[in-house]
Amino acid sequence: MGAEQILADGCHLNSGCGFPAPGVEVFDYATLWRFHLLGIDFLITKPLILLMIVAVVVVGFFTLAFRNAKVVPRGLQNIAEYGYLFVRDGIARDTIGKAGDKFVPLLFSLFFFIWVLNFLGIVPFAQFAPGARLAIPVAFAIMVYLLWVPLGVIKQGAGGFFKAMTMPPDVPKAMYGLLIPLEVVSNFIVRPFTHSVRLFANMFAGHLLLVTFSVATWYLFSPSLIGILGSTASFIVAIILTLFEVLIQALQAYVFTLLAAVYINDALHAH
Amino acid sequence: MYPQIASEVNVLSIPLDELIIGIISFLVVFGGLSKLALPGIRKALAERTAAIEGGIAKSEAAQAEANALKEQYQARLAEARTEAAAIRAQAQADKSAILEEARREAADVAAAVTSRAEAHIEAERASTVTALRREVGELAVTLAGKVVGETLTDDGRVRATIDRFLDDLEAKAAVTEAAR
Repeated sequence: MGAEQILADGCHLNSGCGFPAPGVEVFDYATLWRFHLLGIDFLITKPLILLMIVAVVVVGFFTLAFRNAKVVPRGLQNIAEYGYLFVRDGIARDTIGKAGDKFVPLLFSLFFFIWVLNFLGIVPFAQFAPGARLAIPVAFAIMVYLLWVPLGVIKQGAGGFFKAMTMPPDVPKAMYGLLIPLEVVSNFIVRPFTHSVRLFANMFAGHLLLVTFSVATWYLFSPSLIGILGSTASFIVAIILTLFEVLIQALQAYVFTLLAAVYINDALHAH
Repeated sequence: MYPQIASEVNVLSIPLDELIIGIISFLVVFGGLSKLALPGIRKALAERTAAIEGGIAKSEAAQAEANALKEQYQARLAEARTEAAAIRAQAQADKSAILEEARREAADVAAAVTSRAEAHIEAERASTVTALRREVGELAVTLAGKVVGETLTDDGRVRATIDRFLDDLEAKAAVTEAAR
């Protein structure tokens, strides 16, 4: 039973009902459709449906905007082109250099897919960023990990790549006994973990905050001075947090994409 | 009334089905954008770069042409200035020569006129002197004849004759004076 159900039951201040503090259960969605494929049990929930809708919408929007791209941009192309140049110049070329142009499709896909997914966190009726389900950021981080690690081995050779990633230059030789294990853990094990958890935790916390203040607004809404004041304050905080979330959503999409570019750069150039 | 299901939900779990759907969704986005959307904008941006570079080359050519024209114009202007200065110097020289010539001519003419006038005056004077001399001679002869004729008869007549002669002389002198 989620917070929505509790509130629907008419649980308010002074109605003999404690504050139904939202917990992790608000991240658990009911299975809408279930099927078996290759021995795997697929439970289709609202976040997964949102994920698939966004995938189609993102491809559709940019195809529409760029299909007949003109030298002199107009209409939709103007906005979409701004986004393209932001990823190409602001992320790919800034981080990787001219060689980054080859990775623009990947970085562009990451940035806009994640940004639109995050944005769903404040879109009425969707009201959930699929990134708040850990498996989604992990899926993206795995894709990036499976790109940059083999890429580094191909570009620098297994030995060269391993050396570049675990043996920082200008360090006394005696320190390598300590540094190499640390760098292995930091760059090859913790890196994909932090890459995905950073996005997940931000979306998770944002959603929990919005739900908490929305629930509080409704719960405190009751015929008493303290109730009206508390309800109004909670409502204002929920609005401010919503605006704050807009910033966080774009920022986290940017950070995720930028880190992907940094990892690709590590694979291409020894530092 | 705190929900009792919290313990059943593990937000850190990674269900395999979600992971697979997440990966497939991303591949759909990546494939769709790479194949359908991005080639169009890449082509448009490349064309724009080419157009801008072409425009820059064109404007550079126009600039060079304008510079060449300006130099040509300046050279022509300098040439024209030199020519004008030469013409002015020539005109100055011509003017001096013409003035000098005119002055000389005028002086010559003036000298000619003066000498002609002087010759004329000289000739007139000479003719007058000649005429006077002749007239005085005639008068002297006339006077002498009269003196001779009268003396033989009457002293009173001689005196009258002399008086008459002198009167005549005076009258003649007055006439000559008036004629002058």
